[in-house]
Amino acid sequence: MNSTYTAIYSARFENLDRVRDFVAELAEKCGLEPAAVYAVQLAVDEAFTNIIEHAYGGESEEKIECACQIEKDALVITLRDCGKPFDPTAVPEPDFEADLEDREVGGLGLYFIHQLMDEVQFIFVDQPETGKTCNLLRMVKRKEK
Amino acid sequence: MDITTTQYKHSDLVKVNGRIDSATAPQLAKTLDEITNAGRYRIILDLEEVEFMSSAGLRVLIGTQKTCKRYNRGEVVLASVPKRIYDALELAGFVPLFRFFDNVLDAVGSI
Repeated sequence: MNSTYTAIYSARFENLDRVRDFVAELAEKCGLEPAAVYAVQLAVDEAFTNIIEHAYGGESEEKIECACQIEKDALVITLRDCGKPFDPTAVPEPDFEADLEDREVGGLGLYFIHQLMDEVQFIFVDQPETGKTCNLLRMVKRKEK
Repeated sequence: MDITTTQYKHSDLVKVNGRIDSATAPQLAKTLDEITNAGRYRIILDLEEVEFMSSAGLRVLIGTQKTCKRYNRGEVVLASVPKRIYDALELAGFVPLFRFFDNVLDAVGSI
């Protein structure tokens, strides 16, 4: 049977510790290897940070919901915010060949998320009651076979 | 996150404990800026006790490395880097931009 666990945080960097601990506990419960548990924590940290910085334009009391679903062979994490719609195609890939002086760190968070997780999906959901569009980021980490 | 700094004659040792993320990275940036603003550009970063580092931490490392290496006046070297932190540096393509040492003593001796 699948079980879902949900936590809601305000869009503040001080909550990164809490959301990382929340997903780590469930990743362990799901039976992921320690390296995969760390990968999940890092991916969720980067995603949570991106939501604060880009969707909400900085720290605020706006909410970020984190839902984790433990499946037989995977952990499915969904982060939901109702900030600015996020267009992942607008983020350039990091340039790994650039000299030190030209090295930029923007876009690294999104690159990490794609590298660390097995499946990454951005979904936009209209909220007719508020007239807002919310962002869903769905990430899957599979157990090693 | 806790930071301990030790000033040597030719270099500065910065030891970080705990988690470096978007909440704590500004504190690390401030410590490193204080050192470089004082005209000191040879910095050993001891990462042995770092449990977690996100791209916010990597951004601080690369920013300080840029400042230190400018005009060939110094560099940031990394000591006792845990495997997970090294993996993140590798994923970011940052490994060629730093010298790595197994322990602080070797790092202090080489900088």
